[in-house]
Amino acid sequence: MSNNSGDGFTPTGVVYKSTTLPKPTQKNHKELGLKDDDLMPLFRSMYLQRRFEERSAQMYQKGKFGGFLHLYIGQEAISTGTVAALNDNDDIIGAYRVHGLALARGTEPKYCMAELFGKSTGVSRGKGGSMHFFDVKRHFWGGHAIVGAHIPLAAGMAMANKYQNNGRVVICFFGDGAVDQGSLNETFNMAQLWKLPVIFVVENNGYSMGTAVERHSAGQLHKRAVAYDMKNDVVNGLDVFTIIEKISEVAEDVRKTSEPWFLEIKTYRYRGHSMSDPGNYRTKEELEEFKSFDPIERLKSYMIDNKLAVEDDFKAIEDEIEQIVLDAIDFAEESDFPDPKELYEDVYEQQDYPYHT
Amino acid sequence: MAVLQFREAIREALSEEMRLDESIVLMGEEVAEYDGAYKVTQGMYKEFGGKRIIDTPISELGFSGIGVGAAMNGLRPIIEFMTFNFAVVGIDQIINNAAKLKHMSGGQVKIPIVFRGPNASGGQLAATHSVAYETIYAHIPGLKVIYPSEPADAKGLLKTAIRDNDPVIFLESEQMYGLKGEVPEQEEFLIPMGKGKIKREGTDVTLVAHGKMYHVAKQAAEQLAKDGIEAEIIDPRTIKPLDIEMIVNSVKKTNRCVVVDETHPFCGFSAEVGFLIQREAFDYLDAPVQRVTIPDVPAPFAKNLLDLWLPKPKQVIDAVNAVMYRN
Repeated sequence: MSNNSGDGFTPTGVVYKSTTLPKPTQKNHKELGLKDDDLMPLFRSMYLQRRFEERSAQMYQKGKFGGFLHLYIGQEAISTGTVAALNDNDDIIGAYRVHGLALARGTEPKYCMAELFGKSTGVSRGKGGSMHFFDVKRHFWGGHAIVGAHIPLAAGMAMANKYQNNGRVVICFFGDGAVDQGSLNETFNMAQLWKLPVIFVVENNGYSMGTAVERHSAGQLHKRAVAYDMKNDVVNGLDVFTIIEKISEVAEDVRKTSEPWFLEIKTYRYRGHSMSDPGNYRTKEELEEFKSFDPIERLKSYMIDNKLAVEDDFKAIEDEIEQIVLDAIDFAEESDFPDPKELYEDVYEQQDYPYHT
Repeated sequence: MAVLQFREAIREALSEEMRLDESIVLMGEEVAEYDGAYKVTQGMYKEFGGKRIIDTPISELGFSGIGVGAAMNGLRPIIEFMTFNFAVVGIDQIINNAAKLKHMSGGQVKIPIVFRGPNASGGQLAATHSVAYETIYAHIPGLKVIYPSEPADAKGLLKTAIRDNDPVIFLESEQMYGLKGEVPEQEEFLIPMGKGKIKREGTDVTLVAHGKMYHVAKQAAEQLAKDGIEAEIIDPRTIKPLDIEMIVNSVKKTNRCVVVDETHPFCGFSAEVGFLIQREAFDYLDAPVQRVTIPDVPAPFAKNLLDLWLPKPKQVIDAVNAVMYRN
């Protein structure tokens, strides 16, 4: 292979693995500054995202709600590790596959599920849907569905943080498809010129929708930063310890130097791009191989192997989360749709804006 | 009253507001060290420094989006486009992010930002540098759009726009930057958005004209007055929200209307105003509403063709004659 970004089917019929994974960290949890008690919350966070989305897919298939549904399943180590590594008032912004980020940040599952259902109790009051979760009081800034269009927003938020000298760092997630947008390149240039405290993260899951990364992007993704003299690295995204290690290290550097970073996190999504995707651009073998690196199972095995927990401990948490997700579905079902008068709300700050008719 | 050039009135509005509010920053191409491509921001870099007057690379998409992100997170950015013809490179940031993020987040974010710069034609600049964008932005819910015609309006409305908590498109004109006019000197000179102004009173016909076209309408009205026809000129000043009430009240008095407009005719400003007048004042009309616009073609370079393309007082007079059934 010409680089380690991978490929899917090629015109010659040759099939490559979409993503080759960098090695995970060799440090154990204590060496990363994590206490024994810190591990079960990481499991909880990832498992909540997994079950929330599996149930969301079921609800979608039952016709409980419409629109698009992009699942994060397989990528949960990134959201959970990021939230664990950052301060609660650091700013997180993402693309349209953000259920996991919101849940990891602490948004209650019932408000997330209600948003999927388009209910007024949803985290964005039913105005945004799956792709536009916002929880600004938790410094979670969406949920953006024009590919790459939120990358400059992240730099602007970082500019405001720097201007206000508040010590906050912005982290901006996008998929490998967004790397090809002009918005990324324009933003990288200005972020580096102006030394903005922002971490750009490409979650390279191997496919821009159905186009393998080697077919849509020239060169290795993290090396886009090199042209701008921006610090960059590539890391394993299926191991939560690796994410915690790297994001902590990078956030500390950004806080100290006010210089941006570009991280390429290699990951994999188990499900299609969206619910309508049969996934015929990749092989079953590839999918199965990545499932064998599952981030949730990996942490569970680590905890069992290190005698930090036993199977029954996980079972109890899994049952509890199952109930939380089922309750979230009930909450979403029972919540009201937005009142018709809400059609004319949230458009302008001006309360008496004279809408045109 | 002070007599100021249009560019000076804008500069006063910017500087006064920046002195009052530390959260305002101004970004754009050549705004700082070059002192402004059209000298609107002259001296501001010296007064406010590089932290607040920020030169950007030629990356309209990037710095528009950076402005929106900064607005989400506590600043009140003013984004200068060297012309709005260049803003189309970054228009996604305006019509998707600035205009819609408040809505899609269920009201959790606000975007107090002003996008400003010259709009419409500026002489022989050919097709891509001559577009009047007000109706394109006015079409998008979430935005407010202003296009003033005189220095006083520019100052009062820009100060209001900067203080407003919604995204505002503030349109200027290369050809009007040197235009002089009286501007009130009080510190708190604010003109509300959405309020037009009767710039000339008359009883025979209503002329609706904003921005550069106001001056075309004014020349036509002066010519018509010599002929005994008194035109009333309404300058809406704000395109969105539109002061349709003022226009309709005038039409109810004059019973005739000509809209003078530098946007293209199809789905243009004149189309909207014409529709609203027929809905609100149908029984008062003594003639169909007429319009004088640029044609449905791009701006040509050749001087003779450009002269044909841009509305002139003569066309306004012809349209007035048509609605008055004069020969």
